[in-house]
Amino acid sequence: MVKETERAERSSTRTQTFEGAGPEMGTAVLLRELVAHLRQSRTQLREEWARRITEAQLLTAMNKDEIFAEATAVYDQYVEALETGTFEALQAYARSLSERIIPRGVETHEVVGIVLLLRDVLARSLFAKYQTDFTKLNRILDAYEPAANRIANTVAVGFVQERERVIRQQQEAIRELSTPVLQVRERLLILPIIGVIDPHRARQLTEQLLRGIRTNRAKVVVIDITGVAAMDATVANHLVQTVEASRLLGATVIVTGLSPEIAQTLVTIGVELGKMNTVGDLQGGIEQAERLLGYKVVPIAAATATT
Amino acid sequence: MEVPVLKQGPFLIATVQAALTDDDLIQLRAAMIERVVTSRSQGVIIDVTAMDVMDSFASRTLREIAQMIRLRGADTVIVGIQPEVAFAMVQLGISLEGVITALDLEEGLAYLQHKQKGVT
Repeated sequence: MVKETERAERSSTRTQTFEGAGPEMGTAVLLRELVAHLRQSRTQLREEWARRITEAQLLTAMNKDEIFAEATAVYDQYVEALETGTFEALQAYARSLSERIIPRGVETHEVVGIVLLLRDVLARSLFAKYQTDFTKLNRILDAYEPAANRIANTVAVGFVQERERVIRQQQEAIRELSTPVLQVRERLLILPIIGVIDPHRARQLTEQLLRGIRTNRAKVVVIDITGVAAMDATVANHLVQTVEASRLLGATVIVTGLSPEIAQTLVTIGVELGKMNTVGDLQGGIEQAERLLGYKVVPIAAATATT
Repeated sequence: MEVPVLKQGPFLIATVQAALTDDDLIQLRAAMIERVVTSRSQGVIIDVTAMDVMDSFASRTLREIAQMIRLRGADTVIVGIQPEVAFAMVQLGISLEGVITALDLEEGLAYLQHKQKGVT
């Protein structure tokens, strides 16, 4: 169990333990010694770490100064976590670091890589310092290793969580972009759908469309699915529901652009096609919509000829 | 709660308030057919803009009202179904099949006037 400690108090009565540590009594003392050593050797260890990062060709998206600056911040956070035994500050730092570097194209393996390199650099410096006292070295490592592993874990997990958050955000943005409801004439809306429709997106589509019908007072909607490769029974039913719900708001729906695959799927599944008004392609759909709305489109030459 | 019914030329407009109990719906059904007869109406609009929920009983009663009014040679248009209500209805499989629907009062009147002129 990791106990939280008051940072302000640096008295010798402070106790802290890490999982899997050696005899409790000695651990606190050893960790203090370890932390003191890391602080003392800060400059040289940071430089060595930055050098090894470059050698391993990690963080290539960043320049030397940036790497050194981030390395410094990580180093200090690392030592701080070792000292206090608390990881909240480190977690927060890992998230903010991830927010900065993910848009720069830094990959997960790079982040995990540099943290493990730091772990190695610090371990090596411990070997160097305590090489004459094998017993002490062992005990120092007993105190160091669980903490170092937890730190590596915290940073890596923080990075991955931030990546996942970004991906979710992007997925949401793509969804929004892919279902625009467009007014092309008075009372006529077009809903061009492109890509994969899953039940979540189908639902979002329906809600957006119904709101659009009300806002634009649409009487006809053309839903074009030319850009949809395949559709399963669930989504097909969602489409039928969308058509029915639109009717309840007084709008007629024309579905256009059914691919051969989708046409086959709909017939095979036994979707109630009687409820769906379908036309071959978008052009045909718009033409039919215009007829329904009482428009007739004629070339300008022909129009002026009759006046 | 009684639903107010107004006369607009040859048409009747019934405006439903928010929460209609089953009894209110039954009362509405009786009131509508009676008014259609006494006013010799050629069309009815039932405005459900204020209804935030439509269950199967409400939907069935509205269908019955439309059927009864049809027997008097008049059309019924249900207007003002909210997007959220429409969505919930289709998900629950509640349909207003066979009933004419329009977006709002304006559209409903336009439909009835259009029908009245005999243009199909």
